[in-house]
Amino acid sequence: MNIAQRRVLLLLAPTLPACFLLAVIVGAVTLPPAELAALLTGTGDPSGGASAQLIITQIRLPRALLAAIVGALLGVSGAAMQGLFRNPLADPSLLGVTAGAAAGAAVVIVLGGLAAAGLWALSLVSLGAFAGGMLAVGLVYRLATGATGTSVATMLLAGIAVTAVAGSLTSLLEFSADNAMLRRISLWRMGGLDGASYQRVTLAAAVGLIVLALLPRYSRALNALLLGESEARHLGIDVETVKNRLIVLVAAGVGVSVALAGTIAFVGLVVPHIMRLLAGPDHRYLLPASALAGAVLLLLADTLARVIIAPTELPVGLVTALLGAPFFISLLLRRHEYAMQ
Amino acid sequence: MALQAVTVKTRRVTLLSGVSLSLAAGQVLAVIGANGAGKTSLLRTLTGELAATSGTLSVCGAAPTPRPTPRRARHLAVLPQLSLLNFPYTAEEVVNLGRTPHNSGIRVDRDIVAAALAAMDIEHLRGRLYPQLSGGEKQRVQLARVMAQVWRGADAEPRLLLLDEPTTALDLGHQHQLMAAIRRFAAQGVAVVMVVHDLNLAARYADRLLALHQGRALAAGTVPEVLTAAVIRQLFNVDVRVVKHPDTGKPEILGL
Repeated sequence: MNIAQRRVLLLLAPTLPACFLLAVIVGAVTLPPAELAALLTGTGDPSGGASAQLIITQIRLPRALLAAIVGALLGVSGAAMQGLFRNPLADPSLLGVTAGAAAGAAVVIVLGGLAAAGLWALSLVSLGAFAGGMLAVGLVYRLATGATGTSVATMLLAGIAVTAVAGSLTSLLEFSADNAMLRRISLWRMGGLDGASYQRVTLAAAVGLIVLALLPRYSRALNALLLGESEARHLGIDVETVKNRLIVLVAAGVGVSVALAGTIAFVGLVVPHIMRLLAGPDHRYLLPASALAGAVLLLLADTLARVIIAPTELPVGLVTALLGAPFFISLLLRRHEYAMQ
Repeated sequence: MALQAVTVKTRRVTLLSGVSLSLAAGQVLAVIGANGAGKTSLLRTLTGELAATSGTLSVCGAAPTPRPTPRRARHLAVLPQLSLLNFPYTAEEVVNLGRTPHNSGIRVDRDIVAAALAAMDIEHLRGRLYPQLSGGEKQRVQLARVMAQVWRGADAEPRLLLLDEPTTALDLGHQHQLMAAIRRFAAQGVAVVMVVHDLNLAARYADRLLALHQGRALAAGTVPEVLTAAVIRQLFNVDVRVVKHPDTGKPEILGL
């Protein structure tokens, strides 16, 4: 790892806990610093700050954890996806996961109705989203796989087709939905971490650990893949196996993220891109850096979403899209400066 | 490397039919022929991407298999016709990718990458971003990469380098520079098979020639044996004169 790469990682490593702390401290309810310090160090009087304790441990802490895990998953999945597609502007949603998940969530919201209420309904929607996302990836994968292996170019096009089908299914459901359902669907689509609970954090952490632990194994293969598939083969990489495993890992990572936090735009696209601008496309550096930066970005975006018009919360997906889209456009306009074709 | 009467057929077409050849370490074989004569198919058969329908072949001591392995990649490096690389790797990083199948350690790899860059005379490009290089510079970086892949006899023996039209996109000076570098590299004990369109370049730098015509070996052997007006007429359907180059003594083709 060269100096620039090490510098970025060393900078990100302390930034993540700092942002995490910020996300826990800042919010609609401002807690007195003394109380906060006592709470965080565990030396406080347990009877005194009951409500403060509740806010921190039951609301902000799981939410910050979920934001960090989902952000890391989206960042690392985006980096792997861009490497696999050999396209620096690829996005994890190209696999059709996001649109499939939205359709799955809409199916549950509309057909499952508002019969089930509360937390149970929320989990059901997540389950539907996850199933929809996996179904979409499965379909894309099947469409792109022939006798000679999986073609990533076909996959891109199949992803567009499946996204369109899932999109029209969602629209159809919205057409037949009543106002309450419509509002739930559109809120879900904007993405939000407000449903965070320890159950969700545990689920996200389990999948997140697996994905984050396994993806870096394919760093060297991804590096070789950037040269081209046949070049990677000549370098001794079993390209078909690598492709299949990467697709499964990315689908699982993005599928769980979308199911638990809705569609959060641009993290998977912009974060690996910035990391590549800072210190090059070597995946041995890019994957951990994208995971860290994704977590940082989503923590910051969610904190912003909570305080910007407090006590009302903006959907975090709205914030990342608002921040990400202009940034992305500026990248597009300046692409020749950093040798992107 | 040895091929015995190798035939490759797909469902509709015969790509190679009854091709035999052998090549020893340190030798450079140039494959010549018209477009679609089976030159690239021959390379793809050697790498295992195409399976022989009949005949026997042995590449670096084993029959090629379709599944790539690091073990094979340590023996056999391939330079494809054109490489699309859109990501801002530096030239040095691209060459270092040639060390992917090895576990020789960062220090050894760094020395080999430096030596390969020097061999291709592109040390000045080391820190430049690959997508910003000119076509000729890119080609030389890619060649340095495949050289780095089979650089040391200590990593694997025998070693074989396959080059598909390595001199396209290069100007006259760099064509000769590149060929001379390939020659020197072969002299370190690497067998080289290259597809070349420029017959005079092939005549000057190859030890042996193989002329492919519609998937068959029309002629094979030393340069003077293969490069005759009759063979060239059959290959390309043009009339040429073959004379002796006054300096090198190698055949030189006039009238191209």
